[in-house]
Amino acid sequence: MFKPESADSLPIPASAATPSLIDGPELPVDVEVALESLNQWQLAVKRFMRHRMALIGLAMFCFIVLVAIIGPIVAPYNPIDIPGAIHQGGDGPSFTHPMGTDDAGRDVYTMVVNGAHISLAVGFFATVIAGIIGIIVGSISGAAGGVVDNLLMRLVDVTFAVPLLFLILVAAVFFGQGSMVALILIFGILQWGLIARLVRAQFLSLREADFVEAARAVGVGTMRITFRHILPNALGPVIVVMTLLMASNIVLEAFVSFLNFGIAATEPTWGNALSNAQNAMGDGNWWWAFFPGMAIALTVISINFVGDGLHDALDPRARL
Amino acid sequence: MSTVIDLSHVAEAAPGRSIGQKPPDDVLLDVRGLKTYFHVLDGTVPAVDGVDFQIKRGETLGLVGESGCGKSVTSLTIMRLIDIPPGEIAAGEIWFDGVDILSLSPSEMRDIRGSEMSMIFQEPMTSLNPVFTVGYQIAEAVKAHRNVSKNSARDRAIEMLAAVGIPSPERRFKQYPHELSGGMRQRVMIAMALSCDPKLIIADEPTTALDVTIQAQILELMKSIQERTGTALLLITHDLAVVAETVERIAVMYAGRIVEAGTAEEVLLDPKHPYTQGLIASIPSTVPRGQRLNVIKGTVPNPFRMPTGCRFEPRCPHAFGPCKDFDPPLRLTGPNRESACWLQYPPGELPVKETDAPPATPVPVERVGH
Amino acid sequence: MTGQLPIDPAAAASPPESPASGEPALVSVQGLVKYFPIMGGLLRRKVGDIKAVDGVSFDISKGEVFGLVGESGCGKTTLGRAVLYLQRPTAGEVFFDGQNLSTLKANKLRRMRSRMQLIFQDPYGSLNPRMPVSDIVGEGLLAQGMKSSTARERKVEQTMQAVGLRPEYCRRYPHEFSGGQRQRIGIARALALDPDFIVCDEAVSALDVSIQSQILNLMLDLRREFNLTYLFIAHNLSVIEYVSDRIGVMYLGKLVEVATAEQLFKGARHPYSVALLSATPDPDPRVRKKRLVLRGDVPSPANPPSGCRFHTRCWLRERLGNPEICSTVDPPLHDTGGGQMSACHFAEQVSVEAAEEAAATQSVIETAAGAT
Repeated sequence: MFKPESADSLPIPASAATPSLIDGPELPVDVEVALESLNQWQLAVKRFMRHRMALIGLAMFCFIVLVAIIGPIVAPYNPIDIPGAIHQGGDGPSFTHPMGTDDAGRDVYTMVVNGAHISLAVGFFATVIAGIIGIIVGSISGAAGGVVDNLLMRLVDVTFAVPLLFLILVAAVFFGQGSMVALILIFGILQWGLIARLVRAQFLSLREADFVEAARAVGVGTMRITFRHILPNALGPVIVVMTLLMASNIVLEAFVSFLNFGIAATEPTWGNALSNAQNAMGDGNWWWAFFPGMAIALTVISINFVGDGLHDALDPRARL
Repeated sequence: MSTVIDLSHVAEAAPGRSIGQKPPDDVLLDVRGLKTYFHVLDGTVPAVDGVDFQIKRGETLGLVGESGCGKSVTSLTIMRLIDIPPGEIAAGEIWFDGVDILSLSPSEMRDIRGSEMSMIFQEPMTSLNPVFTVGYQIAEAVKAHRNVSKNSARDRAIEMLAAVGIPSPERRFKQYPHELSGGMRQRVMIAMALSCDPKLIIADEPTTALDVTIQAQILELMKSIQERTGTALLLITHDLAVVAETVERIAVMYAGRIVEAGTAEEVLLDPKHPYTQGLIASIPSTVPRGQRLNVIKGTVPNPFRMPTGCRFEPRCPHAFGPCKDFDPPLRLTGPNRESACWLQYPPGELPVKETDAPPATPVPVERVGH
Repeated sequence: MTGQLPIDPAAAASPPESPASGEPALVSVQGLVKYFPIMGGLLRRKVGDIKAVDGVSFDISKGEVFGLVGESGCGKTTLGRAVLYLQRPTAGEVFFDGQNLSTLKANKLRRMRSRMQLIFQDPYGSLNPRMPVSDIVGEGLLAQGMKSSTARERKVEQTMQAVGLRPEYCRRYPHEFSGGQRQRIGIARALALDPDFIVCDEAVSALDVSIQSQILNLMLDLRREFNLTYLFIAHNLSVIEYVSDRIGVMYLGKLVEVATAEQLFKGARHPYSVALLSATPDPDPRVRKKRLVLRGDVPSPANPPSGCRFHTRCWLRERLGNPEICSTVDPPLHDTGGGQMSACHFAEQVSVEAAEEAAATQSVIETAAGAT
């Protein structure tokens, strides 16, 4: 397919050519073009900014983060107050309770707003932990190869084999039932293998790349090749996967909380809100489950939009 | 190179080909003023920007140019395989077998594609589906266009495999693409392209991915099949030596335009356009060892900022007066011989930039039928 | 060179000499073998070898351009990497300026890298997209111990100028350059270390004809200016003919012919070389020659034919009535006169006339016969 060449086309008059060696003064001569060009990361930002859905996702996500931070401060009610509902099974949306209340009269809006920071925190920190461990282990595995690689990859297999709920039960013994820290650690521990495998695969393919061989050919050492040549080029797909992992962790948190294995039921999280609303749906009290559910869905969709935009922006083959 | 323009051999203009008018019956493919643009984030890329050429029935034409000149986009436009958007067929007509195919509906076009005209691609591995046997894929192509039974489609596929020189075709019929070598896969592609007796085969760099000894096999095969079946061939390549051995006529493309056309002998032995001259002079075997190669200065123009005059002017060693400001149209310089260069125009017909003088842009000379 | 005699007995054992001048060769390759294991089965055990390079010997004297030509899979790229010790050979020796590379410690080999360099085929894949040009070109200098950044900068600017790039653009990233310019960056990276010897692996194959000629001119100019020695690997015979002093023709991991450019193009002495020459299309439309088309495909290097590796596709063997020796005895590379080396039992019967006769009798359609 047609590939537009870069902005370096019009050849300059022969008089401007420098040494006698050059016969085709094949020089980049667009005077408008700055001498310093954007690097790949800056280009990725520029490409991302042109991705409409990604920007919408980013705006939504920023809004959700903002709510998570200042929401609890401006929320109209205290999430753990139990004022009692007027109707049995909770009150519908009204001016005083825009998202209704639950059967104990707790404001659903306050629950959603207060749940945001817990859901986001679990999603974010769990992913960061998985990312850090995964990148380190994957890099070591991919760079070292051989026995080290083999051992680390078997370790990854082990992490995939551990059942989530079992680990949560074990953690309850050490951290106490329903600890957020425990949940973050467990998610991180169970998921770093995913990142490690991806990083390792990137390393294996980049190790064969021509530019890596070129660096070896001029005598560059292993450390510099790993950190200057392979790792920066391996990170693009890893960042995309981490974004999507964060979205899935938010859903996972809601899921385990729904099963009452997650964060303590007294804490206002989206999963707990859904869990409490289990029986409400049958009574027609839709708002109780609807608004926390929507909060989860919108967060996940916004993150996925961002991930999609990052995928396009970080693709090294993409041009502006 | 002489700059004296000899017009003694210019043929008389035959009845022209005005837009909307059906070409004569012996013309199989008539591309007129074709423009294919791509709308990308940074603007519009005029990948094909006013291309004219004809192929008569049974004729072989080589479309030659360097990467990015628009030769592949031209072929994909003829097959109507351009994604719209981002692509757009901005102008022009493509008459194929008496029909302007740009006016056909997608389903009418599907009937023609693969049957009346078929295509051979550069990379046979990616154009064959890895999960089906090659025989099945040929038989499917036959069934898609011919109302035949499963068995006769199968027989036809085996017959075609044999016709392209694949040994023990019954056995090969059941093999998957990955079990075949690159040359064999290209033979399968040719068999598939031939399976419905097309009137035109478009081959886009059919041998570029192949080794030289396999390339020789495939080129010889294509030549002999072309001679036997009388199918017209549009061969698209960057390799002047490949066209020199394979086709009767050559059209040279540069920056989305045809800059020169004529028989293989005329274009390669007596090139009129400075770009063609530079291209031929760049071939290492034309220069004795130890002597420097001739080069074309610079690089192809940025598609977002095409030169306003002749597109080759910034690289042209012969550029003079009108070249910077006026774009030369193709001009007939002999029977079936065209060149888009101001050097081919008599001094009286050259446009002048002076604002007070009336602009003397010559009307493009209408092309002759064959 | 220190001028001292190499202490290592292996290095001292064979002081390589170039046959032409009697001077010591800059690069001497002796019995080079490179196998890649084929892993298979449930336990990923070795089940065989890809015999990419299988016993290759040749010398390159100082200032010479040695062309290496062959089809894909013949092992020419692997040979180029193994000569530089970027891939450790399975067997055989490479002497560079009298030193046996196999005896060098990793650290000394890294130092040695500044004297022998590589230019890649793909101008896109061979430049790290996340590095500015100054870092790409200057990285080798840093690795070779040039710590001062101003000294590096000066050297990078000089080198960019030498390859026809504006030094002002050294802070730009590869994606802003065209294919030809990227190839110049790749040449600058190799040149920055002031090497004596450069392996050019299909260095112009990915470029358009008009850009290809610019780069070829540049490479030959640099050779003159810096007294470089090239191992020029390509599949394009017209490029090889133009640049090379001597040419080695490879087929399935072995050299089948070594000759000067003139000897090879006037009178090749191996049936494969003849077929290769005949298959190459000629840009002159008057020369619509009857091509000698080889049958079938190149056999797998994992399981090369017995005896002469070319015998399964050899047109000469067919004309001679399929003599048995071809399939039983592997012909050694031997001098057929004037230093022209051929690995064919019947080298003296190889001629253009014989090839033309063979071409006249062959059927075009059946050329796939005998394919694997």
